[in-house]
Amino acid sequence: MKRLLLALLAVAPVTAAADPDPADWMSVVQEAQGQTVYWHAWGGSTTTNDFIGWVGRQVDELYGVTLEHVKLTDTGEAVSRVLAEKQAGQDDDGAVDLIWINGANFAAMKGADLLFGPFAEQLPNWQFVDVEGKTVTTDFTVPTEGYESPWAMAQVVFIYDSADMAPLGSVQEILDWSQANPGRFTFPQPPDFLGTTFLKQALIDLVGPVDALAEPVTEEAYARVTAPLWAFMEALTPTLWREGRAYPQTGPRQLQLIADDEVDLAISFSPGEATAAIANFQLPDSARTFVLDRGTLGNASFVAIPYNSGSKAGAMVVANFLISPEAQLQAQDPEILGYGTVLDVETLPEMDRAGFETLDLGIATLSPVELGPALPEPHPSWAERLAADWVQRYGTGD
Amino acid sequence: MDRGLCFEGVEIRQGGACIVALDAEIAPGEVLTVMGPSGSGKSTLLAFLTGTLARDFEARGRIVLDGRDVTGLPTAERRIGLLFQDDLLFPHLNVGENLAFGLRPGGSRAERRVRVAQALDDVGLAGMADRDPATLSGGQKARVALMRMLLSEPAALLLDEPFSRLDADRRAQVRDLVFGLARARALPVLLVTHDAEDAEAAGGQVLRLG
Amino acid sequence: MALRRPALAWLPALTVLAMLGPVAAGLAGTVAPALGYFPAIGAERLSLAPFEALFGWGGIWRATFLSLTTGIGTTLVSLGLVVLIVAGWSGTRAFVALRTVLSPLLSVPHAAAAFGLAFLIAPSGWIVRALSPWATGWERPPDLLIVQDPYGLALMAGLIVKEVPFLLLMTLAALGQSNGARAVTVAQTLGYGRVRGWLLTVFPQIYAQIRLPVYVVLAYAMSVVDVAIVLGPNTPPTLSVQIVRWMADPDLSMRLVAAAGALWQAVLVLGAILLWRVGEVAAAALGRRWVNAGARGWGEGVLRQAGLWGGMVVVAAVALGLASLAVWSVAGAWRFPEVWPEGLTGRSWMRHGSEVAMTAWETAVIAGVAVLIALVLTVGCLEAEHRYRLRMSGRALTILYLPLIVPQVAFLPGLQTLMLMGGLKSGLWAVVVAHVVFVLPYVFLSLGDPYRAWDPRYATVAAALGAGRERILWRVRLPMLLAPVLTALAVGLAVSVGQYLPTLLIGGGRVQTLTTEAVALASGGDRRAIGVYGLAQTAAALLPFAAAVLIPALVWRNRRGLAHG
Repeated sequence: MKRLLLALLAVAPVTAAADPDPADWMSVVQEAQGQTVYWHAWGGSTTTNDFIGWVGRQVDELYGVTLEHVKLTDTGEAVSRVLAEKQAGQDDDGAVDLIWINGANFAAMKGADLLFGPFAEQLPNWQFVDVEGKTVTTDFTVPTEGYESPWAMAQVVFIYDSADMAPLGSVQEILDWSQANPGRFTFPQPPDFLGTTFLKQALIDLVGPVDALAEPVTEEAYARVTAPLWAFMEALTPTLWREGRAYPQTGPRQLQLIADDEVDLAISFSPGEATAAIANFQLPDSARTFVLDRGTLGNASFVAIPYNSGSKAGAMVVANFLISPEAQLQAQDPEILGYGTVLDVETLPEMDRAGFETLDLGIATLSPVELGPALPEPHPSWAERLAADWVQRYGTGD
Repeated sequence: MDRGLCFEGVEIRQGGACIVALDAEIAPGEVLTVMGPSGSGKSTLLAFLTGTLARDFEARGRIVLDGRDVTGLPTAERRIGLLFQDDLLFPHLNVGENLAFGLRPGGSRAERRVRVAQALDDVGLAGMADRDPATLSGGQKARVALMRMLLSEPAALLLDEPFSRLDADRRAQVRDLVFGLARARALPVLLVTHDAEDAEAAGGQVLRLG
Repeated sequence: MALRRPALAWLPALTVLAMLGPVAAGLAGTVAPALGYFPAIGAERLSLAPFEALFGWGGIWRATFLSLTTGIGTTLVSLGLVVLIVAGWSGTRAFVALRTVLSPLLSVPHAAAAFGLAFLIAPSGWIVRALSPWATGWERPPDLLIVQDPYGLALMAGLIVKEVPFLLLMTLAALGQSNGARAVTVAQTLGYGRVRGWLLTVFPQIYAQIRLPVYVVLAYAMSVVDVAIVLGPNTPPTLSVQIVRWMADPDLSMRLVAAAGALWQAVLVLGAILLWRVGEVAAAALGRRWVNAGARGWGEGVLRQAGLWGGMVVVAAVALGLASLAVWSVAGAWRFPEVWPEGLTGRSWMRHGSEVAMTAWETAVIAGVAVLIALVLTVGCLEAEHRYRLRMSGRALTILYLPLIVPQVAFLPGLQTLMLMGGLKSGLWAVVVAHVVFVLPYVFLSLGDPYRAWDPRYATVAAALGAGRERILWRVRLPMLLAPVLTALAVGLAVSVGQYLPTLLIGGGRVQTLTTEAVALASGGDRRAIGVYGLAQTAAALLPFAAAVLIPALVWRNRRGLAHG
């Protein structure tokens, strides 16, 4: 009911006001009171949706901000929405107030001047963020420059059904195993974010650290660096689930496939996802996770605010709440979400630190030591090229 | 004639061809019977009288009722009461509500209820106000339809084969009732029928179409 | 009265505007970017580059082929099955039973039916589970590409189970206006079988009346998005799904390609309809040859059985699919090859309950307002037709079907842009307006026949009793037509509840209905959540139908004269 009334109110014309200044946090909080923030975030995961619902109840209680989760099937929807509004000259009170974003979408929006900011580094809770140890000020090598605020760390892990197989140490081993067990592995279909991540992960594991990956892609470098990857894919694809003629469309869809015993192995960007999914009956309790011997890719999830948001103050309040110790602890709890924290736990007040230190990460979650260091993401132009190339090779039939 | 129903030079055409032409006067309390086989223009004439003539007809002439030209008036303002061969009682209203629908506006609720009850009593249907019209016999329905029409205080009656659906013994009874009441209220009546017996019972002049 | 008349007389024009305005505007808004004009991203020079990019996409020809085969395949099978059912069984008790169970399927949202079917026929789905391992020997699900197969067979199946009820009801409505039974009897006395007799004598008359609905099915099946997301192939996806993906691509220039694709989709639909038209002529010629040859034919029994079994499979597929949604929504752990979950739990409902309730409320408000607008316009048009004695021409009927035949994906993207440019904010009201475009034709088609069939002598009698036109409308006509009015309402509500693309594109994401939520969840594959939303969606569409049956029965329980009205 409340949502409806607000939606009706949103139709009424709103006078444009000056953008709030994050440095003057008191007035930001004041302005945020009573605002509605439409957070456009991918809605395909029940656990994430629940977490966002929890955030909404908290910011409503603490700051009087109403949070509406607009569930996307693809983050690009929100990007193109902001673009359409810009085209139409709707420069204030657009439909999007906050976006869960990173990588190529961030690069595109930042490049097209579609973002509000900088604001992230002025948020009060920024003081706890682990700027040194975690990749929170660059996003796929693109400097964030305060135009987006991190809220979760992600690292590639592989979820497997320990009833059917043992952990593997490299993508080559994955290929060998898949050839021996055809039809038992698949990955989300690129250009899905996670599917593209599998391509990047495979590339890096096959060719090792290559300097060219940190730079915008060039024809020459692309041809040279990715040749082993495509040889690998040629060998792998026929051994995939459905012989590579169909793919799950998203990451969580893989969980259902494991639960249905259609596959035994899946890629995930969330070290705690398996534990949370077991608790939700989405995975069998024999599910476990492993990482590759040479390490796996890691990055941060961010939130950004479009230039034409009508609730920028409210959006900043939400962004700030997301990096509060309380919210971060909630997100890391495997029963809730199982995402890695972006905070430097050492800098936290005693009470909050204890919470993180005593948190049981759960049966299928690797400890930080087992996870090992996160490998840096390549420049976003690589991901785009890899995804487009894959679509050309495998995504449009024979 | 300042009382009664007059047709002055009425002529209805469709695509140039004349369907029906009529010049007649009906004095109060008298009946004019129009007879003819189907297709002879009876229903066209009726539609013209009720103001429901389809667009592709062209009509000329005037209908004058009690000195009032009603030709251009909407049906509701003509004050011509109608009875069809079907009773056409509104199926969603009970008997009393059907009658109240016809009753002219005005009067308190209690007064209106009394008038409805009285009307039912007049035709031997006392106490049936709450009945579902679908549960009445054919003769009963015909009497309710008649009273509903009379309660609207028409200045003339138009009867379109009103007795043809009734069985033989009911038929005479209802017919007598209708003509009796029309005469008592000094209403001019136009009866459209193909039944010679009806025409005879009506007693007035007879006009043959077709 | 003199003042009111013009207002009502304008209503038919207003109605046409409400239906065609958005379609025309949306098409116009699609053409510009397709030709390279899109100022927001600095594309201001007209060019054919978007089309070059479209035809440069590796999947374009497969997607094109898929669109055509899905559309024509779905239409042929659905129409064929309906013909076999009606020809072989109309007038029998089996037919009445089949019609009774098929009719409610009409209101089951496409997406919910698709979810159910997906779980039913998947290699790890209910059917395989029921047979494994005792009959099949499968301890693990076989690696068979059934759902999302590259030929679009699963997609076609998902569409057929929804289009058969639609075409069946359209056929029955047309049948009411012809002397079907007598013609078949005559043919039978001449030695023709039931099915062939019907095909040769009744079908030609019926087909002339259901031609437009058949085109609706054809166009819909070619360009559907939500069912294709759930059941359609992905390597490549169908053209319509790919267009929606391009619309959402972070590379903003892809919207030009999307617009070009949208136009291509429109051209394909047009082409397919022309092709179908040619097929109609050929079929008619064949039929005439058949008549002239006087062949009495063979296989009557087989054809009749095929119709009956086909109909039963359709009913079973949807019913079992919905049942599977219900079981998933309360399932604890549920592994292959278990037929039932290990335990039942209310957790999924508790988890999603409040969200579902809020979304259901928003869904209901959108549907309610859109349907009320549509109903007012429809009753206004029909009343104007009655009062001014207008007749609706064949062309007007085509106009009514136009919004259903032009693919949604061809004009909604352009409409989104235009609405924004016109300062009409995205959000609830914009979505309501968009829903009216699709709800109106169905409400009109549903109410039109009973409204016109109402005996106008009631109006004449009431007028002769002194009742004005408004009084007649409100006190006599609408109460007597309560049942068909409520049915039209229910049809409209079901249509609105089922809308996916208009809500997604015109709502700008701010507006969520049970359908957009359910389809968004589909990508995540959490069957428990899908079960909850799919059931809620189905209930939202089915409950109004139940109400449409119950309310008149209750209100008029003491009025025998309206028992069958």
